[in-house]
This record gives sequence, C-alpha cells and structure tokens, in this order.
Amino acid sequence: MAERAPLWAVFVLPALLLAVALVTAGIDAVLAAGARKGQSGSLREMAGRATEPGREVLRLLVQQPRRTRASDVPLARIGAALLPVAAVLAAVVLPLGFRSVSDLPEGIVWFNAMEALAWAAVWLAGWGPNSTLSLIGGYRFLAQGLAYELPHMLAITTAALGAESLRVGEVVDAQAGLWFAVWMPAAFGIYLLSAMAMAFWGPFDQPAGRDVAGGAAAELSGADRVLFLGGRWLLLVVAAAFSVPLFLGGGHGPLLPGWAWTVLKTAAVLAFLVWFRHRVPTLRMDRYLELTWVVLTPLAIVQALAVAVVILNR
Amino acid sequence: MDVAVFSVAAVLAVVSGVMVFRFDSMARATFSLLTSLLCVGGLVVLLGLDYLGIVIVLMMTIEMAIMAVFMVMYMMDPAGLMPMTMMHNKKGAAVVCGLVFLLLAAGILFAPWPARRGKAPTDPTMELGMSLMGPQMLTMMTLGMALFATIVATVVLATRRGRYDRLGDDLRAGRADDPVRGGVGR
Repeated sequence: MAERAPLWAVFVLPALLLAVALVTAGIDAVLAAGARKGQSGSLREMAGRATEPGREVLRLLVQQPRRTRASDVPLARIGAALLPVAAVLAAVVLPLGFRSVSDLPEGIVWFNAMEALAWAAVWLAGWGPNSTLSLIGGYRFLAQGLAYELPHMLAITTAALGAESLRVGEVVDAQAGLWFAVWMPAAFGIYLLSAMAMAFWGPFDQPAGRDVAGGAAAELSGADRVLFLGGRWLLLVVAAAFSVPLFLGGGHGPLLPGWAWTVLKTAAVLAFLVWFRHRVPTLRMDRYLELTWVVLTPLAIVQALAVAVVILNR
Repeated sequence: MDVAVFSVAAVLAVVSGVMVFRFDSMARATFSLLTSLLCVGGLVVLLGLDYLGIVIVLMMTIEMAIMAVFMVMYMMDPAGLMPMTMMHNKKGAAVVCGLVFLLLAAGILFAPWPARRGKAPTDPTMELGMSLMGPQMLTMMTLGMALFATIVATVVLATRRGRYDRLGDDLRAGRADDPVRGGVGR
C-alpha cells in the first residue's frame, strides 16, 4: 500500500506536472522543428525551439482575448478550465515511488472518473464559442470517445483484476515480482493507445486537427487557450504516468530508490508517446473506430478473462 | 468539516437542479444537471460509500456528455437564442413536486429511524459487491450478456445498411461494399 505523502505534496503535485509537461512540450517542439526542416539544426537552434512552448504561453497570456459572436462565455470558460483541473485531480492517486497524495481505496475508478470529466471539458470548450469548427472538434471527441473509453476501461480493470484491488498502491505492490505489462501485454498496449486518444494526442488528434483549424480549441484565445492546450499536455503526462503504477511496476526496480524508478519509467513512456506522434500520421477515425469495436474491445475482454482465470487458479 | 462540505454540495446540487429548468440553452441545462449529479456523487462519498460516489461521478459525466450531444441534435433551438421553456404543465408539475417534497420531508421527520446496529464494514466496496452480486453472480452475468446482446441486436436491426447490402444477396462477396473505405479487413 502506498504511504501518504506530506501535506505540501498537494501543492507540489500541480507544479511538478506542469514542469514535466513543459519539458515534454519543449522536446516535442524540437522534434517537430527537426521534422519540418529534415535536420535537427545546431544546439543553439534546438535550445531556442525547446523554449518555444514556454514563450508561447507568455505570448498567449498577454494576448488580446478574442470573442466570437453570441458565444456562451461561461460554458467555454468552464470547459477550458476544467481540462487542467481534471488532469491534476486524476494525478492525486499517482504514486511517486510508493507515496501518493491520496491512495484512495478506489483510486483506479477515481482516475477514470476524472478522465471522463475531460470529455465534458472538451465538448464544452467546443460548444461555447458558437463556431462551427470548434463545435465539430467537440463533437468528434465525444462521438469517438466511447470507442476509446470502452477498451480503456477494460484495460484499467484488467490491472485492478490482476491485483484484486482498486487501490493503486496495491496494484503496485502486486507487481513486486512481475510487471503486469509482461503478462497482460494486450491490456498494456490498449491502455497506451487509448491514453493517447483520451488526451486527443498523436495519431488521435482529430478533435483538435488541422482540417478543422484546431478543432475544439479553434476559437480559444489568451488565458483560455493556455488553460485548454496546457490541460491537454497535463492530461497526456498524467495518462502516461498512470501506466507506470498500472503496468510497469510503479517504483519497483533494483538499486535506485522508488521515486527515481517512477520518474524514469514515466519519462520512457512519455518519450515513446512523443516519438509515436511524430512517426504515425493522424488516423482517420472511422478506420480506428472499426478497429476498436471489432478488434480492441474483444481483445481487451479476452485479456481480462485470461487474467481472471489466472487469478482464480492462484 | 463534514457539515460544511455537506451544506455546500447540497445547496449547489439543489440550485443547479433548479437551474436546469431556468436555463434557455440545452447545453447549459445539461451541464447544470451534471453539476447537480456530481454534487450528489460527492454527498454519497460523504456518507462513506466512496466507490458508489465515484462511480456516480464517472457514469453521470459520460452519460450527460453523450446526452448533451443527442439533446442538442434533436432540439429546435439548442442554444436558447430564441425564448423557449423547458417546462410543460407548469402548475400541475409545481403541485406534484410540492406534494412529493412534503411527503418525503414528513417521512424524514416522522419516521422512527432505527439506531445503528453493529459497526461499519472496513471495506464498504467489498460489502456492496457481495450484497449486490454475491450469491447472484451468475444471474448478474447472464443479465449483463442479455442486455448487451439486446443493444447489439437493436443496432443491427436499426442500421440502414445490413449485411446483404455489404456482402451481396448470398453473402458471398469477397470484400464488403462500403461507402467509406478502410477499416478492418479491407
């Protein structure tokens, strides 16, 4: 079971998440620039690229806010603000090493519930501005959300089933010998795919795609835009970090202390997700939806069944 | 602390519940209802039933988000840009609501509430699962599969393009004839 972190961890957690998100965004910006030019450029250029997300945040904060006609301002605001809040709340059950801010007895359900709040947030941000393109973005996310959510839930449930507990700390404990990723590879793979989709990231970025001018975020400007797009990065970081206690053994590992292992593994997963985004083009969603319904969902059920049989025979 | 949380959540739940009927816009009404339900989830957590409370938050968020899409789709004026009202039969509804409220409130005040026997279980989630599912696990599983099969069958019956459209009259076509290319097996 995870220990309870001291009270100040409540305030450190969002800052830590923000820092990780900024670093990841910096690396992503460097990779994106390299891909555009076909070469990575000099070290100095790369440093400039890496600070791009930070500078963009500052620019947006002083930007003159743009308002669309007959927009539903409160709903758009709530949507933009809800996204980072949901990400941080989901991170509450994340153990760093063997300590989490709150090791709720139902931590896994809590994580999933907070992720679901992000659905509402994206739709609200898309609906609020009274603009076609952002509305399309919001609708896309919701319409496709169910196809992501079902295998996602089943994958998370499989990890809980393997540990016979909904408490994240106990899921980590159950992996002291063998990581869940080893004997539940299908669930792990599905989790990674759907985690990207939940943060509408990488090949699943259609809700915020270029074909609809940035989709749900199309009309957001100024601080709202910072909150929304920053919240999306936070969501990605949290979803990647949660795969560590779920499937990669949390803080378990030789030599290094628990927190170092958590950081290392999270960094590896994040690096993979960023790399994956630059390798794979945006998927056409009708193709992916068919794959989730016809292949991934049954696969996740079979994986859960296999784990259940192993657990019952133990 | 508990009293403070209870009061805030309860007041917010009631106020946002009332606002569902005051808002013109379908989107606002839907998310006002969601706020109300999230507060109810919080109240259930406050009762010590963490699992139920969090599941309420999870299910209601997804449900209301999907409902928002459908409601907006079918309303003639989803954004409330023209005057409209969510209420029908105002007087009758008000009388019924008042009576039900009085009945429930009277029940709370006058029912002989039993004193607590025994003590709270250490793991309420486990107890809940056992009392819901324990001896009836097979029933629940069968019921779940039956419900799922019904949903799939309904969708299959309702879709305009059936398997004969896709695979020919004798279902012998090598590849499905779909208006949208791509996907599994094509």
